[in-house]
Amino acid sequence: MDLSIAALLTQDGITNGAIYALLALALVLVFAVTRVIWVPSGEFVAFGTLTLAGLQLGRTPGTVGLLVAMALVAGAMEVAGCLRRGEPRRIPGRLALWVGAPLAIAAAIVALAPLQAHLAVQVVATLAAVTALGPLLYRIAYQPLAEASVLVLLIVSVAVHFALLGLGLWFFGAEGSRTPPFSSATFTIGAVNVSVQSLLVVATSLLLILALYLFFGRALYGKALRATALNRVGARLVGVSPSFAGALTFTLASLLCAFCGVLIGPITTVYYDSGFLVSLKGFVGAIIGGLASYPLAAAGALLVGLIESFSSFWASAFKEVIVFTLIIPVLLWRSLTTRHHEEDE
Amino acid sequence: MKPGRLAFLGLVALLAAVPLAAPQFWVTLGNYIGLYSIVALGLVLLTGVAGQTSFGQAAFVGLGAYTSAYLTTRYGTSPWLTLFIGLAFTAAVALAIGFITLRMRGHYLPLATIAWGISLYYLFGNLEMLGGHTGMTGIPALEIAGLELRDERRYYFLIWAFALAALWCTNNLLDSRPGRAIRSLKGGLEMAEAFGVDAARLKTVVFVYAALLASISGWLYAHLQRFVNPTPFGIHQGIEYLFMAVVGGAGSVWGAVLGATLITLLKQWLQEGGILMTLLRDGLEAVLPRGIVPSSNFELIMFGILLVVLLQRAPEGLWPWFSRVLPARRPPPIPPAEPLPARAHAAAADPLLDVRAARKAFGGLVAVNDLSFAIRRREIVGLIGPNGAGKSTTFNLISGGLPLTSGDVVFQGESIAGAPPYRIASRGIGRTFQHVKLIPAMSVLDNVALGAYLRGSTGVLRAALRLDRAEEARTRAEAAKAIERCGLAAHLHDGAGSLALGQQRIVEIARALMAAPTLLLLDEPAAGLRFLEKQELAALLRSLRAEGMTILLVEHDMDFVMGLTDRLVVMDFGEKLAEGLPAAIQADPKVREAYLGGVEEEAGA
Amino acid sequence: MSALLEVADLSVSYGKVEAVHHVALTAAEGSIVTVIGPNGAGKTTMLGAVMGLLPARGSIRYLGEPLERLSVEQRVARGLVLVPERRELFAGMSVEDNLQLGAFARRGEGERAARRALDEVYHRFPRLHQRRVQLAGTLSGGERQMLALGRALMGRPRLLMLDEPSLGLAPLIVKEIFAIVAQLRAGGVTILLVEQNARAALQVADYGYVLETGDVATHGRAADLASDPKVAATYLGIKAA
Repeated sequence: MDLSIAALLTQDGITNGAIYALLALALVLVFAVTRVIWVPSGEFVAFGTLTLAGLQLGRTPGTVGLLVAMALVAGAMEVAGCLRRGEPRRIPGRLALWVGAPLAIAAAIVALAPLQAHLAVQVVATLAAVTALGPLLYRIAYQPLAEASVLVLLIVSVAVHFALLGLGLWFFGAEGSRTPPFSSATFTIGAVNVSVQSLLVVATSLLLILALYLFFGRALYGKALRATALNRVGARLVGVSPSFAGALTFTLASLLCAFCGVLIGPITTVYYDSGFLVSLKGFVGAIIGGLASYPLAAAGALLVGLIESFSSFWASAFKEVIVFTLIIPVLLWRSLTTRHHEEDE
Repeated sequence: MKPGRLAFLGLVALLAAVPLAAPQFWVTLGNYIGLYSIVALGLVLLTGVAGQTSFGQAAFVGLGAYTSAYLTTRYGTSPWLTLFIGLAFTAAVALAIGFITLRMRGHYLPLATIAWGISLYYLFGNLEMLGGHTGMTGIPALEIAGLELRDERRYYFLIWAFALAALWCTNNLLDSRPGRAIRSLKGGLEMAEAFGVDAARLKTVVFVYAALLASISGWLYAHLQRFVNPTPFGIHQGIEYLFMAVVGGAGSVWGAVLGATLITLLKQWLQEGGILMTLLRDGLEAVLPRGIVPSSNFELIMFGILLVVLLQRAPEGLWPWFSRVLPARRPPPIPPAEPLPARAHAAAADPLLDVRAARKAFGGLVAVNDLSFAIRRREIVGLIGPNGAGKSTTFNLISGGLPLTSGDVVFQGESIAGAPPYRIASRGIGRTFQHVKLIPAMSVLDNVALGAYLRGSTGVLRAALRLDRAEEARTRAEAAKAIERCGLAAHLHDGAGSLALGQQRIVEIARALMAAPTLLLLDEPAAGLRFLEKQELAALLRSLRAEGMTILLVEHDMDFVMGLTDRLVVMDFGEKLAEGLPAAIQADPKVREAYLGGVEEEAGA
Repeated sequence: MSALLEVADLSVSYGKVEAVHHVALTAAEGSIVTVIGPNGAGKTTMLGAVMGLLPARGSIRYLGEPLERLSVEQRVARGLVLVPERRELFAGMSVEDNLQLGAFARRGEGERAARRALDEVYHRFPRLHQRRVQLAGTLSGGERQMLALGRALMGRPRLLMLDEPSLGLAPLIVKEIFAIVAQLRAGGVTILLVEQNARAALQVADYGYVLETGDVATHGRAADLASDPKVAATYLGIKAA
């Protein structure tokens, strides 16, 4: 392997790693606030790519159907909840939030689809549609189980992953999509060719990470999420409800996943079921961060991208074995160096 | 009759009927349910009881299957031999993996199991000698006494013989000395180790046990199909095994069979043409516009949704719901038996316990600040002081629950500083906890019997094969006696969680007594007791002292402490404020100031 | 004075065990009511039920309105604030972040109101101002209690529930905390004070309840309870001399 190949592999690794890093952050966020190991994050990535691809072809993407169906279920659950608590006055407001808003997004996309609008508009529409799925999913699948054990939440996550896989095939079909690159330009630094596309991916990831950093450091809502992650009881005592925090967390996390989907589209062909393996890589990054540290998770994801890129060059058949075996020592190191508390400190 | 035995007999009858009467299709399903049940049983023990989540069981199934496939096709080894070779190989791999991954706590372990589950799967698929992704064919059929088990109906009996044996062994194991210890793992390691359980070792044993069951299932699978490829050993199958255990109810062996049955049937019925799928599709097509119901992958959607709904309705799984319907079990009487071998109260060393300049700092906060005191044999010493003075921390420094920052703790002339809690327990220090630590779902009797862990010797194998009955009878008889002595005979068979908090503290004392300790540490034993109960407790502690036991207790109830103890040590802000006879302590103005809050000079005392 | 909080026939169970049995308690607006009793008597459990952290049976009325169906967060929004025994601070966040979150339920009132509340708390606890960028987890016991109290005040409570505010604190700091409690009452806040430090609690309170193994053993004016020899013997930890 000469230097130029190494440089190419490094560039690939960093580009993929940047995408995995976004996923890793989403997974850490979801786990920290809700204790859910968010297995179906990969489906959200795939839905992102497929939605953008549909819009680019002038078709109404399957996301619309999914939004409508989930909004109706969530709406029904909200109505039932309000009636059970004896608060029928609150029904209109809850319906406007849980059904009205998603339906408005769906309607906007139906109207937008045939126009083949500017790429930026399509990207915004894609982000809106996929992001709206996040809180709906939380409301339907996870909120009723807020008190359940991590194990049960994990099993539910896997079940949701199955359901979304099936729904993905139903709404998006079996064919894969690859979106055209945002830019095909390249330039050279010394002997190394750098593609603008890669730079865009890395820059977008960095910007998102910065935005998250500011949100959690400065905004009251960001602090409320951190507070919930640190101390659930304490958060409730200042008036941050777990379901509010959960819905907000899933909104942010699905926004990150939608970005991943948009960014990964030009790199690889995405099918309805491509998300799982992608999210698994993000997972490995998140695990390296102990599902708790954001910077370590991002660094871990970058490492995964690089390992994957180089091992695909040396031993492509064993690529996955190498990636997944390498994390065991990392896990061990994390486990032994992290201080654990007994249940009542 | 016990519901367990009733269910067992019903199951056996039903199982025997299947291959005799049912069509081929049901026999095939029955075979798969049996194979899955064996794996799920291991998960019930590992995940449901011991609290260690594993996604990687399918990989162990693969180890069993591939070992036999490779050896029988390549070297013509007898399949009966390869069963044991496969078990040995799986045990070795499980030990190695367990050695690394079981040290992980919290969510690291399940994630690590995903990692090695996926790695082993890709290894199966990429090794040339194992046939790569296409797999290996031509695996010989099993033979028993010249009878070839090619027919699925015959094979069915073999699978279920193994499944029922696994069920029997696992059930035996849970109801035994190691079983109680395994069940206690979920109550926090601190509690298990306080009774001499080497938690790390026990977890490894359970992990290997579950892996061996998976390996047996794999061996059976390989010779049933007579063909193996990597697909059924991937992470998706690993997840599905966990589904079975959780949906069935991971706390009970019956949950494993129930879950394996339910998931297998659900998947079957949800297939195209399956009964549930047809119903759902017809129903949906009747209400939804034409053409909207998907033609493919519908089963995956429905499977996912049904599981979510099921778990939202029954987060504990289905077995608890079933067991409520079954008639309640009446516990058998406990026949008297010879007591367990007692622990010799070792030769007199005085002082029995010597705490020398013990110090514990949490970050910058010094919770115990160079504390020194000694306890003589046959003494009841009270450790008192305001809340937050460091009394419980001191307890944990003695019992090994927390490591000392500096200083030394000497018990019977030997330093016990730095020893793990289970070793300290084996030296003869018993304890109770400030926050009651019992297994709420386990009976009072079983909770107390756990205390005798160090005085028994039954291992996993003997327990699984039910060779432990004599020792078990002695343990139970002695536990019943200890409970009676503590005044809780009426609650022998009640779940420990159903007792009032004060009574639960007494159960903890009975459990500590079962270890026949030389030194007993009691953390607020009288909290939550009513006046009469407190007097009974004081009488019990006095009689224990008369029998030669030494007691150190933390207590807030001054009446109780003053009337009972021989000597008092008063702590405040991590330091020793005073030490002496109760009357002298009571009169000490420093103590009154610290202990009673001392906002103003008291008026009406 | 009208009753701000009226608890009647309140029972709380953990599984099959009832930890609080049919307790009745009233707190008049603008008063300090204390609940004393030994460890394990159910004091913390009772506060948990009033706050909505624990499911309970019986009636809890606040300003005449039934609270049973409201979530913890809804109760916070109505002005019930609890400082729990374990403080439940956000250890990994700065003192100032902790305080700002205390006003989360009043986020609708705008930045200005939050700033003003923050200034008031800093004025009351100058120590917290000195430590404002420090992580809450690195504070000393007394500072933690001040932060917990400050965080509660950020929510402008109408009913402030304090669970063992003197726990593990040096006498001087206990004094300081109780002085603040008295000041708050003067400012119109109603206070429900759970304490093991019975003497200090009865000195500051108007009315007291003695809880024993889940039952109200006795109740009365705080001054009367403090001079009751039986209460003194059992809960003040000293024999009547």
